[in-house]
Amino acid sequence: MDYTIRIGGEAGQGLQTIGGVLARVFSRSGLHVFTTQDYMSRIRGGHNFYQIRLSDRPVSCPREKVDILVALDLNTVETHRRALSDGGVIIYDASSAGRTFDTPGFVNIPFESIAEGAGGRIMANTVATGAVLGMLGMDLGVLEELIRERFGKKGEDVTAGNINAARAGYETALRACGACGFKVSGPAEERPLMLINGNDAVGLGALVSGCRFYAAYPMTPSTGIMVFLASRAREYGIVVEQAEDEVAAINMALGASFAGVRAMTGSSGGGFALMVEGLSLAAMTETPLVIAEVQRPGPATGLPTRTEQSDLLFVLHAGHGEFARVVLAPGTPEQAFHLTNKAFDLAEKYQVPVLILSDQHLADSEWTFSGLDSGRLRNRDYRLRGEALRGIAAYRRHRLTDDGVSPLAVPGESSHLVVTDSDEHDEEGHLIEDAATRVRMVQKRLHRKLPLLRREIDPPVLYGDERPDVVIAGWGSTYGVIREAVDLLSRRHAVAMLHFSELCPFPSTDRFDYLGILDGARLTVCVENNATGQFARLMRAETGRGFDVLVNRYDGRPFTLEGLAGELDGHVSRL
Amino acid sequence: MVTSRDFEGSTPAWCPGCGNFPILKTLKEALAELDIEPHGITVVSGIGQAAKLPHYMRCHTFNGLHGRTLPVATGIRLANHAMPVIAVAGDGDCYGEGGNHLIHAARRNVNVKLFVHDNQVYGLTKGQASPTTMEGVVTKTQPFGSLSEALNPLALAVALDCSFAARGYAGDTEHLRHLMKEALLHKGFALLDILQPCVTFNRVNTYQWYGERVYRVSGGHDPTDRIEAFRKALEWGDRIPTGIIYRNDRPTLEERIPVIKDVPLVDRPQAPVDPDRLIQGFY
Repeated sequence: MDYTIRIGGEAGQGLQTIGGVLARVFSRSGLHVFTTQDYMSRIRGGHNFYQIRLSDRPVSCPREKVDILVALDLNTVETHRRALSDGGVIIYDASSAGRTFDTPGFVNIPFESIAEGAGGRIMANTVATGAVLGMLGMDLGVLEELIRERFGKKGEDVTAGNINAARAGYETALRACGACGFKVSGPAEERPLMLINGNDAVGLGALVSGCRFYAAYPMTPSTGIMVFLASRAREYGIVVEQAEDEVAAINMALGASFAGVRAMTGSSGGGFALMVEGLSLAAMTETPLVIAEVQRPGPATGLPTRTEQSDLLFVLHAGHGEFARVVLAPGTPEQAFHLTNKAFDLAEKYQVPVLILSDQHLADSEWTFSGLDSGRLRNRDYRLRGEALRGIAAYRRHRLTDDGVSPLAVPGESSHLVVTDSDEHDEEGHLIEDAATRVRMVQKRLHRKLPLLRREIDPPVLYGDERPDVVIAGWGSTYGVIREAVDLLSRRHAVAMLHFSELCPFPSTDRFDYLGILDGARLTVCVENNATGQFARLMRAETGRGFDVLVNRYDGRPFTLEGLAGELDGHVSRL
Repeated sequence: MVTSRDFEGSTPAWCPGCGNFPILKTLKEALAELDIEPHGITVVSGIGQAAKLPHYMRCHTFNGLHGRTLPVATGIRLANHAMPVIAVAGDGDCYGEGGNHLIHAARRNVNVKLFVHDNQVYGLTKGQASPTTMEGVVTKTQPFGSLSEALNPLALAVALDCSFAARGYAGDTEHLRHLMKEALLHKGFALLDILQPCVTFNRVNTYQWYGERVYRVSGGHDPTDRIEAFRKALEWGDRIPTGIIYRNDRPTLEERIPVIKDVPLVDRPQAPVDPDRLIQGFY
């Protein structure tokens, strides 16, 4: 079973509610989903859609063919009917669409009039949600449970009305679509699955890593991280401050970190551009900091609500001067969760800025998982605290040590003073200009820390054939689509994915000779959501290896399974 | 007993006769008189001659970037509101590069004390016009004279309903000490604009120039009357008022964040909450 359900309509019509609720019903029923959102940069009107891929096995990317199209307006019918699969069905409300379709594949379900009968026009979305479950022949129990959770606070009338609306939509669809032929196979898992998107996974990763402070300026598509943390602020004791601009945001986070709490900021490329002087400041003052950069297509404002992987080289090189940084690029929400934890750990352990490079596709896509392994979390307090701090004779914030990492103390916790400076400084933190101290400090911050950081970096993941003829490489959010494309291509060829989620320092081959894999392949392909193949350039710069073929998509949309597999097949079949 | 000697730091690299010297000396005295110990105060500064001040005394120091003192100071306060925080900046630093941050720090009413060494000129970069340079003053980069109207920081502060707005003068250290202490004791964001002659680059606003104009506002001035305060803030020319121009008792940012009502963030255990409970929320 592998169905794609697309819900389309104007912004403000509630298609996110329908999609969000359906995805939750499926995941709670133990089914796997992968959802994507395609939205315009407007609050009302226009055309948006929410897409759910539903399967009894794990799925990790969008498909192009639609099996069930829920059309909340006429525009959706016209825009998406060509994407309908063989046997696909469009459900629509003839009265709100203003016309009736008599062609096969169209099912008229009067969402609004059914809703009026059940309790109010406002419940039309609940009718549509119930109708989809009816078409799939699923049980209504989970939806009713969700309705009680969501509307319980609004009183019995609202809850009962929505349950009636769901039932009415469900029954109508059962009658109207009895012969549609959709059948949901029994749950793949015995128990409910977790449903989480990339932004929430970063926020969750921050919370479980002891993040206490998040300052940011709202910017799509990064705002979800801020919203998630703000929604948990009271319960979990974090301060979320909306700064006046991104310059303030990063400096606030640095202030909080200096004062002794784990701190983070986040933005998209344009906002991160403003933070760049602060990134350099974090490095010079050796103040731990985690930054999430959730990419969208540029340059400048670009396509604000769409996706691209075009800030890789920017993030790698951002900041004046030379300093050590870590760049992590999760490929799934699960990786986003664990890499955010790793980001906090490395930031404090080595007192360096750590960047999490995400993008709109990862940020907004929901995946199902059986769970997240909290046992893998690293939570060590690397600071010099309590008696260990009070007991030392003299404290120097930037003391030269063998490994380049100085003792990190909390101001006010002892009588020792904590001094740091954006100017070059001595061990105490006071500004200096002499050449010898300068050299020692550069060596400390850069030459001592870099090899240690490189040892922390995990090598790329190889998925598929262990001795592949064809290697499909990628990084970040293309993980899911490359993985499924490899599954398809593996039927005929020895293919593997080589996926990088830790990019800076560039992974060494000590633990895994991934260069040997590349060298042994007859065809190497690099797949990127950008126009210039930035990772391919990075690979050449770091290892001297090039790829035979670059596959680039830069229309602001994510790769689809059919699109990528088709393009790769064209290259592979020439072998 | 804390004395100003406890704050003794390294020798300043300022020009002889610089107005920064009396400000530094007065700050140490004010802190000692309030019985604040060196490890009980954090000074945040940016870039400029004024911003070097924390290196010349003993205190926790974050000497950050030009213009960015207030965001750093805000972050420190939100992480640890048991720690008094002074932000030291120059007129270019705070009113130019960091102007946006000033507006929003005053709006937030974060409990930070902002001491601006206002010498009406850029010292570190050698004599260009600053936001408070008076209109018409000729410099190497303003050959036709400064064409912008000088910024009036106190009028701006009153307009923003800044909870404490005062002006001091480096040539009247007794009064300045009083104002610094008042600012430190005030609950809320405090702007103390300190007129400070630059003996090297400002040939207009000299000790003599200020000396002829500066006066202490009398007891008759009611700093809680916002309209009266705005009138007083507009006074600049033959007579320049010093003292507390405006104050109110708005609640501070720190007081209004329920998360830190009882305990500062820094005193919460670093070990995170039960991760599995959080993960459970996604089913």
